[in-house]
Amino acid sequence: MNKDLRKILAFPYIIWMIGFTIIPLSLIFIYGLTTRDGSFTFANVLSIFTRDHFKALMLSIALSIISTIICLIMAFPLALTLKGKKLNKGSLIVFIFILPMWMNFLLRTLAWLSLLEKNGIINTVLKFMHLPGLNIINTPAAIILGMVYNYLPFMVLPIYNVLEKIDDNTINAARDLGANTLQTIIKVIIPLSIPGIVSGITMVFVPALTTFVISNILGGSKVLLIGNVIEQEFTKGSNWNLGSGLSLIMMIFILISMAFIAKYDKDGEGMSV
Amino acid sequence: MIYSKIRKVLGNIYLVFILIFLYAPIATLVILSFNSSKSRNRWGGFTFDWYGELFKSATIMAAFRNTLVIAFLSALIATIIGTVAALGINNMRKLPKTAVMAVNNIPMLNADIVTGISLMLGFIAFGISLGFKTILISHITFNIPYVILSVMPKLKQTERVTYEAALDLGATPAMAFFKVVFPDIFPGVISGFLLAFTMSLDDFIITHFTKGAGINTISTLVYSEVRRGIKPSLYALSTIIFGTVLILLIVSNIAQNKIKKK
Repeated sequence: MNKDLRKILAFPYIIWMIGFTIIPLSLIFIYGLTTRDGSFTFANVLSIFTRDHFKALMLSIALSIISTIICLIMAFPLALTLKGKKLNKGSLIVFIFILPMWMNFLLRTLAWLSLLEKNGIINTVLKFMHLPGLNIINTPAAIILGMVYNYLPFMVLPIYNVLEKIDDNTINAARDLGANTLQTIIKVIIPLSIPGIVSGITMVFVPALTTFVISNILGGSKVLLIGNVIEQEFTKGSNWNLGSGLSLIMMIFILISMAFIAKYDKDGEGMSV
Repeated sequence: MIYSKIRKVLGNIYLVFILIFLYAPIATLVILSFNSSKSRNRWGGFTFDWYGELFKSATIMAAFRNTLVIAFLSALIATIIGTVAALGINNMRKLPKTAVMAVNNIPMLNADIVTGISLMLGFIAFGISLGFKTILISHITFNIPYVILSVMPKLKQTERVTYEAALDLGATPAMAFFKVVFPDIFPGVISGFLLAFTMSLDDFIITHFTKGAGINTISTLVYSEVRRGIKPSLYALSTIIFGTVLILLIVSNIAQNKIKKK
């Protein structure tokens, strides 16, 4: 088979991607930049600056930044401890930490609802021990908890992948040259794990910023994130032009994140599954 | 010496802490599935009733069937299209290859809500009514990139020389491919299929936008139930799903370790 003939093999795929990725994405641009009668407008995009929308966007950004930071703080020591155990790939301990990730995303969030509710399990236990109750359901705190729980593995895996590739000799060399544990971590291990950290940050930040499920289940209908606003425009309000315009704002954040990954994780080290 | 011991103990305590955090919600679901009291905060005794109710519920069973059929078909079709495409892409020159791989990354890096909305707009623009078909097409779309990313590295490792040697020895191109190249990339094809299958099982957001009325997967069913008030049979369902995933992963883990030892 000659080379030109073999290239044809990619054709069905290319047509599929044009039909179901590129054209649909272009439609968001078309809807987002037109009015209902089809004339050009920036109004849908600029509506992000109306009070309610802007508030939802700012809250989304704040909550997703906080969750990303908490995930990073929790994941780095975890990945470091796992590396310290010198496990081979596919070992049982690594497996145990990945397992909850394979549980259906909605069922995991549902579980937190049962735990956090006013008469839920945590409060029942606290009451039994005569401790004050925990009333965070339907507040931003519950949403942050849900985000951290659901997206923590996305932070652990890329960091663990990168840490695993660090040669032990590099760390031993730092030790031999007189660095203590903290210095070794700050001066050697963290700089070497930047690709994984950046991938992890993006993989947590983007889904957290755009979620509407976690805020809907754990925030009641009391907390509106930008994802909820967009989802409602498509399912309830049915103003698709407005929804598309707001999606374009979201895509700006996604593009910034992609640029970050491209800059700091050139070889896709952190992204490998 | 003492320091390193303290560090080890602290490390283990931390691991246990994270494990509790990860598994507490799952344990809750499992315990609640056996609770005969409908109330979530009172233990009313042990029961299997919710499991019986689960299998009697036509809606839950239909959603379960849809989820499995869509996951299997979308993973299968994505694996075929993706593997064939990977062969083609591997033979491309650098520039078109970079362009194709950039487009390949879009569904993976894009937010699910944007992918879901864009597909919904696309289906409606082309006059395709939302239903089983559109969920399947959407799942194939977000699955193909994972298959390609699993197959491409294996393809790079195979030597073109072996394929050409097979041709020189009189094999037809098809024979040379199936006897020489395919066995080499097979592990990549399988892991691509499994990854696609699990991505499809776990998806909620894209299905939510592309499903239309009258059809549910487990995820969309849970979402609508949560808002109406959760039935204990959903806890039973979660327990069954968790158990199945646990068994499947343990089996595949043991199988992989055995292959490695050989």
